[in-house]
Amino acid sequence: MDSVLFQGLIGLSMAMYLWLISAGLTIIFGVLRIVNFAHGSLYMVGAYLAFTFYGLLGWPFWLAIVLSLLGTGLLGFVMERGFLRRIYGIDEAYQLLLTFGFILILDDLVKIVWGGVFKIPQIPAFLDGAWSVFGRPFPVYNTFIIGIGVLVAVGLWALFEKTWWGRTVRATASDREMANAIGVNVPRVFSGVFVFGSMLAALGGALGTPVRVVAPGIGATMIIQAFIITVIGGLGNLKGAFVSSLIVGILSAYGTLFFPVFELFFIFVIMAVVLLVRPQGLFAR
Amino acid sequence: MILEARELVTGYGFSVVIHGISLDVDTGEIVCLLGRNGAGKSTTLRSIMGLTPPRSGRVTFRGEEITGRQPFEIARRGVGYVPDDRRIFSDLTVKENLEIVQRVTRREGRWSLERVYQLFPVLRELSAKPGAGLSGGEQKMLAIGRALMGNPALLILDEPSEGLSPLLVRTLVDALRRIREDGTTLLIADQNVKFARRVADRGYIMEKGTIRFAGPLEQLWQNEEVVRRYLAV
Ligand SMILES: Nc1ncnc2c1ncn2[C@@H]1O[C@H](COP(=O)(O)OP(=O)(O)O)[C@@H](O)[C@H]1O
Ligand SMILES: [Mg+2]
Repeated sequence: MDSVLFQGLIGLSMAMYLWLISAGLTIIFGVLRIVNFAHGSLYMVGAYLAFTFYGLLGWPFWLAIVLSLLGTGLLGFVMERGFLRRIYGIDEAYQLLLTFGFILILDDLVKIVWGGVFKIPQIPAFLDGAWSVFGRPFPVYNTFIIGIGVLVAVGLWALFEKTWWGRTVRATASDREMANAIGVNVPRVFSGVFVFGSMLAALGGALGTPVRVVAPGIGATMIIQAFIITVIGGLGNLKGAFVSSLIVGILSAYGTLFFPVFELFFIFVIMAVVLLVRPQGLFAR
Repeated sequence: MILEARELVTGYGFSVVIHGISLDVDTGEIVCLLGRNGAGKSTTLRSIMGLTPPRSGRVTFRGEEITGRQPFEIARRGVGYVPDDRRIFSDLTVKENLEIVQRVTRREGRWSLERVYQLFPVLRELSAKPGAGLSGGEQKMLAIGRALMGNPALLILDEPSEGLSPLLVRTLVDALRRIREDGTTLLIADQNVKFARRVADRGYIMEKGTIRFAGPLEQLWQNEEVVRRYLAV
């Protein structure tokens, strides 16, 4: 019994990691209606920046996180203002080409700056180690990720339900033309949302990679997982992304308990099953 | 003159549907664009609002040129727009649908949540409901109330009477008169001449993207030839 509960906790931390990496992608799709395939690259840049400030320069952990978010947010701003803005009105194939182009450019840029060898970020001392849960050692860092995931969920809920910026973003998401006609500066909302989504990607990279490696190309694995989560939840639906992260995280934790070799396999199985039953995803409008 | 449109040419894709329209609206007037379905009324209003920017021509609002400006800039200068299909923000509540306009236009003035609720009391009862849960008539009133919350100097309404019961049309006529008495100028597009007669001072009759007749509504109404040729009664 305890082992079952313990595995559930492992699944929960996996779920919250999936939630962190898919939230920004979901928000950007929900408002701008573009699938940002470079979301994984923003995650990678966030991871490298946090690694540099904390691991290489030895700056305080939280400062490193904040700087990583700001740096990645700035990159997101340049991507939206300089490039994406020009292709909103035209064929979707251009979104794919452009955002895929960003993946290649950013991967190479990262290689030039940090080299092609993978790095292993360290876990800050206060989050290192494990405590005993159900008689087994459970990593403090996983507990921390669960806490951050819940915090981000509550924060996003409050932002979109309780603030005027959030309501303006929701209005723009549901009808951008009408939002424009009542006086919403839609181009600015788009930039703001893209920067915000980029910072969420960076948060996933900065906090998720201390238990993974940092290397050029990590964005590719991340974008596949994040994309599957958003497809299962219903493209552009935040509640859907949260629920689907929980389902995928917990189910694959139990799956790997019995079939350890098939970790990524379970995610695909869950996606296939959901799409067969509900092609539009769990929470699509 | 609060609004002047000169020689507007507007189209969608490869087709041009407005062929050089000019019209004027004077401060305090109610002006109605009339014409059958497909005549180009909605496109004319969308050109003025910047939603479908004209390919050539000029729109001046309160002496300033607004051609080619984004809709949000035009809204912030004091033009309110009520589309024919209402376009209520479905997952915002009625109250949020109204308040958001005040937030984004930042235009001070006579209209407030309280005054919109006085104009359309049914909205007060619905204030906590999401926009998606409203009936067509309720959405129409909300769309008008929403535009008023930006304290527009000019209110543009597309097909306000369409699909309303006779009772609701009466409510609408009263509301539009009160809005005008409050100092707002109105530009309305509608197919229903009988409705237009009850509210408008002047009218333009459109057909195939051009203006065929312009004049006071009574004069227009008495011209049987014009009514029969261009309007559905
Ligand atoms: N979004 C659109 N795309 C292409 N053609 C359109 C569009 N909207 C309207 N039209 C065409 O433009 C013409 C004028 O339409 P519209 O302005 O809606 O007229 P009205 O409001 O008088 O009924 C019609 O022939 C219509 O088919
Ligand atoms: Mg129309």
